[in-house]
Amino acid sequence: MIGQLPALQVVVPLLAAPLCVVLRNGTLAWLLAVATSWAALAMAVVLTGQVLAGGPIAYAMGGWLPPWGIEYTIDSFNVLILLIISGSAAAILPFARHSVADEIAPEQHARFYSAFLLIMTGLLGMAATGDVFNLFVFIEISSIATYAAIALGRDRRALTAAFNYLVLGTVGATFYLIGVGLLYAVTGTLNTADLASRIAPLLESRTVIVGFAFISVGLMLKVALFPLHQWLPNAYTYAPSVITTFLAATATKVALYSLLRVAFAVFGAGYVLERLPTEAILLAIAGTAIVVASTTAIFQKDLKRLLAWSSLAQVATIVLGVGIGNAQGLAGALLHMFSHALTKGALFMAAAVFALRLGGTSLERLQGAGRRMPWTSAALVLAGLSLVGVPLTASFVSKWTIVLAALERGWWPVAGFILVTSLLTLAYVVRVVEALYFRPSAADAPAREAPLSMLWPLWLMVAGTFYFGLNSSIPMRLATQAAALLLGVAP
Amino acid sequence: MTSLIPPGLLLLLGALVVPLLGRVGRQLVALVLPLVALAIVLLAPEGEALRSHFLDFTIVWLNVDLLGRLFAIAFCITAFAGALFAAGRVNRVEMAAALLLAGGAIGAVLAGDLIAFLIFWEMMAVGSTVLVWCGSTPAALRAGQRYAIVHVAGGAVLMIGVVGHVALSGSAAFATLTLESWPQWLILAGVLVNAAAFPLAAWLPDAYPEASPSGMVFLSAFTTKTAVFALLRLFPGTELLIPVGFVMVLYGLVYALRENDVRRMLAYSIVTQVGFMIVGVGIGTAMALNGAAAHAFAHVIYKGLLVMAAGAVMTMTGRRNATDLGGLWRSMPVTMVCCMIGMLSIMAFPLTSGFVTKSMIAQAAVDDGQMLNWLLLTAASVGTLVYLSVPWFLFFQHDSGLRPPEAPATMRAAMILLAALCLGIGLFPGPLYALLPFGVEYVPYTADHVFAQLQMLGGCTLVFFLAQRYLRRRTVPLLDTDWLYRQAGPRLVRGAMRLIVAAASRAQAVAGSAIASLIATLARHYGPAGRFGRTVPVSQAAIWVVVLLLAFLVAEFA
Repeated sequence: MIGQLPALQVVVPLLAAPLCVVLRNGTLAWLLAVATSWAALAMAVVLTGQVLAGGPIAYAMGGWLPPWGIEYTIDSFNVLILLIISGSAAAILPFARHSVADEIAPEQHARFYSAFLLIMTGLLGMAATGDVFNLFVFIEISSIATYAAIALGRDRRALTAAFNYLVLGTVGATFYLIGVGLLYAVTGTLNTADLASRIAPLLESRTVIVGFAFISVGLMLKVALFPLHQWLPNAYTYAPSVITTFLAATATKVALYSLLRVAFAVFGAGYVLERLPTEAILLAIAGTAIVVASTTAIFQKDLKRLLAWSSLAQVATIVLGVGIGNAQGLAGALLHMFSHALTKGALFMAAAVFALRLGGTSLERLQGAGRRMPWTSAALVLAGLSLVGVPLTASFVSKWTIVLAALERGWWPVAGFILVTSLLTLAYVVRVVEALYFRPSAADAPAREAPLSMLWPLWLMVAGTFYFGLNSSIPMRLATQAAALLLGVAP
Repeated sequence: MTSLIPPGLLLLLGALVVPLLGRVGRQLVALVLPLVALAIVLLAPEGEALRSHFLDFTIVWLNVDLLGRLFAIAFCITAFAGALFAAGRVNRVEMAAALLLAGGAIGAVLAGDLIAFLIFWEMMAVGSTVLVWCGSTPAALRAGQRYAIVHVAGGAVLMIGVVGHVALSGSAAFATLTLESWPQWLILAGVLVNAAAFPLAAWLPDAYPEASPSGMVFLSAFTTKTAVFALLRLFPGTELLIPVGFVMVLYGLVYALRENDVRRMLAYSIVTQVGFMIVGVGIGTAMALNGAAAHAFAHVIYKGLLVMAAGAVMTMTGRRNATDLGGLWRSMPVTMVCCMIGMLSIMAFPLTSGFVTKSMIAQAAVDDGQMLNWLLLTAASVGTLVYLSVPWFLFFQHDSGLRPPEAPATMRAAMILLAALCLGIGLFPGPLYALLPFGVEYVPYTADHVFAQLQMLGGCTLVFFLAQRYLRRRTVPLLDTDWLYRQAGPRLVRGAMRLIVAAASRAQAVAGSAIASLIATLARHYGPAGRFGRTVPVSQAAIWVVVLLLAFLVAEFA
């Protein structure tokens, strides 16, 4: 049983998803989804223990040995991603019930939870698989479920947002597939490890280089890296709050994981970082993205939209860490994936609570909510501090690691840039705080604190950002190991 | 001794617990914790006591040494007195913020390395900002926002400095720096922001008077003195600090003279007194450093006392302008006496704490042969006569007709405690001298010290009252006019002041409108309808995909 965990991790939510539709009853589907997410988290935790104790686990799907069968490899890199996905789901699903009841028609509830589980399946599969075509399949599973889930948003603009994402997401996935096709044409294999060994002599071939470009651009669209970010603000703003929370905590990071995995495991660190001008490209893109997205976030009038732009900036920060190109930068980037998942999960949860209690998330509606909904507002402020990277929070640890990585390479301007752009982050966090605490409430403003079932997952996430800010040894160890693994050096 | 709880952390825990407690509970916690912290500080052996591992660093949270212990004792005493003064009059948020500020300050002065210091420093910034906000007036909200901006920026500068310093030197040791690399300059700049060094001093008189009466007691004790501590620890003997300190002394005096609001006057006087300490740090001999440290100790106590007195008057009358007050000695005699003791201390009158500490700095200048500095220090001491006006305006001058009841018992107790300390230190300076870090052989009560000081103060008092009478006859609103300059003759000074103020406000207006138009431009481009923020048609987004692909190919084949 324990030996089958790499497969079960993906298969359990995959089977639970249609079961939700069969159950038809929203409450039962919710219970099933919660149970599934907790089971997935338990499996991820066990896998983490195994990887930390015994190194990478290889699993041959259906007993078909690689390179013919599909192989799942679990190592310290994707176990971190599995933890992020299943941990977010396990916190968000218990939280979801009131928000879903408010935002989605009752007859759609079972289908909603089914879509949620499918997104989760797709993301877990993307993380676990060691096969580039299988990766495409899981990208499509998660994407299609995401389009459907976004379209369930109560604002009618959710439909156009979902449609735009569908078109662009398909373009991205197709680009990825074209890249994989080009690689298959020259190597005849799809297994990551096998591909890596066969591609090594072909790295100078034009087909491989073009394939790499297609794969990079296709996945960068899924990462929502500037300037391929246009689908994201609307999708996050108009999707049901629960879906936004889950996507913001996981989706872009898993896509970035896939990009890193393919780039480093297939093409190799030497090729990506030294042969190709990857560092320059990533630094230029990420630098622009951080400035533009943070500045745009400052001027938003809606909390969800503001947080969506902030996500773009934070993902760019992760990419910046990768672009620094040394082990510490990569470790910092992976750590920032983890801390940002916690932080942004908490922030969007708070946004979901405001959407439920105040009927919307425009900053105008939030005015004076600090006094009427003290617990939710306080959680938002604390998570906001973590977003800025205040010491004692998880984001501080990860940003600090990235800064140190820049210093290690002697790149003072990059280190300064990260610190200075933290001020932009502070600016938009302060805008929210100002609305919550320093503006008078409207006279007829609704005044009820969130239900307990929403508060405890929210505060759990907030507590997580502070816990991992104080004691980051486990994610730090995973991230450092994973960075060493990707760069092909001994940890 | 591993079981030692760092006293700073203890108060920070208190700050977390206080909001959850009831009315009585939180008063008790706020009163008991500083005493427990004080006991720990007094009993703790010297040396490092608590380390933890964080990232690749070892953070030394607690390192008790003589200098840190001296400051920590002063802070614990003030935190206790402040909590006593505040008892029953502050809500849970304000109480928590006050404990956060006190805990941050105590933690910072006992920090074992730069990283721990930085962390506690930032906590102070958070606590003090919230304290300003707790003034709960629209003015307090805005002042708190400005305060937050200054301190976040100052904290960021300090943080970059610390990061750079640790990266360059590989050491986070909390010890003397030499100013030979740029991160060390940034550290100095970050610390000077909190010390309210000119020209970055305006945040202090801007923000502190907007806090509540008890809030200002906490504010005026911790932030600037922690900065003085940091200067003592990191930059002793940096000559640059001497002019910086003198400018602060003059700046604080000149503006205090112009001020009508008693609490703002006290805020300016903090700048002056911190200036004296910074001069001491700059002179840098053992005597000067001892003097700066001792003066900081005395200052925390007498300034706390004066702020309490002004706060008590404000609480009882609801007024804070000198022109609206006066004649309160009839109904608030205890407050009046305590305020007088505080005033005597700040003027360094013999038998008070100010006398036995401030004169050390001047003596250090003499010992070191820096006669110019000694002259300047003494000249500046003349200026402290302005503090005569604090009790004068509150309790004497014309009778305002107000007959408020005496301040409540807790407030009186807090003031009496601090007043007793002022006199105690002045009468028996031995224990304080024994606490000083560099070992001291200084005898304050020599005939020439005492007579020189008495002469000077006598002269000052005479001038003050002569000027007072001159003023009365003119029936000009007090301190709204530049009476000292007129008394002294040259209208030139006033004209120059006006020009400077006009130029400053002009510059502010120009900068303000430039910032406003910058923000408008940014909003146009980045707002929801702007070039970057608006929703882009899907076709356009798809074109970007192609553009990026081309860019990749070009970059990779180039």
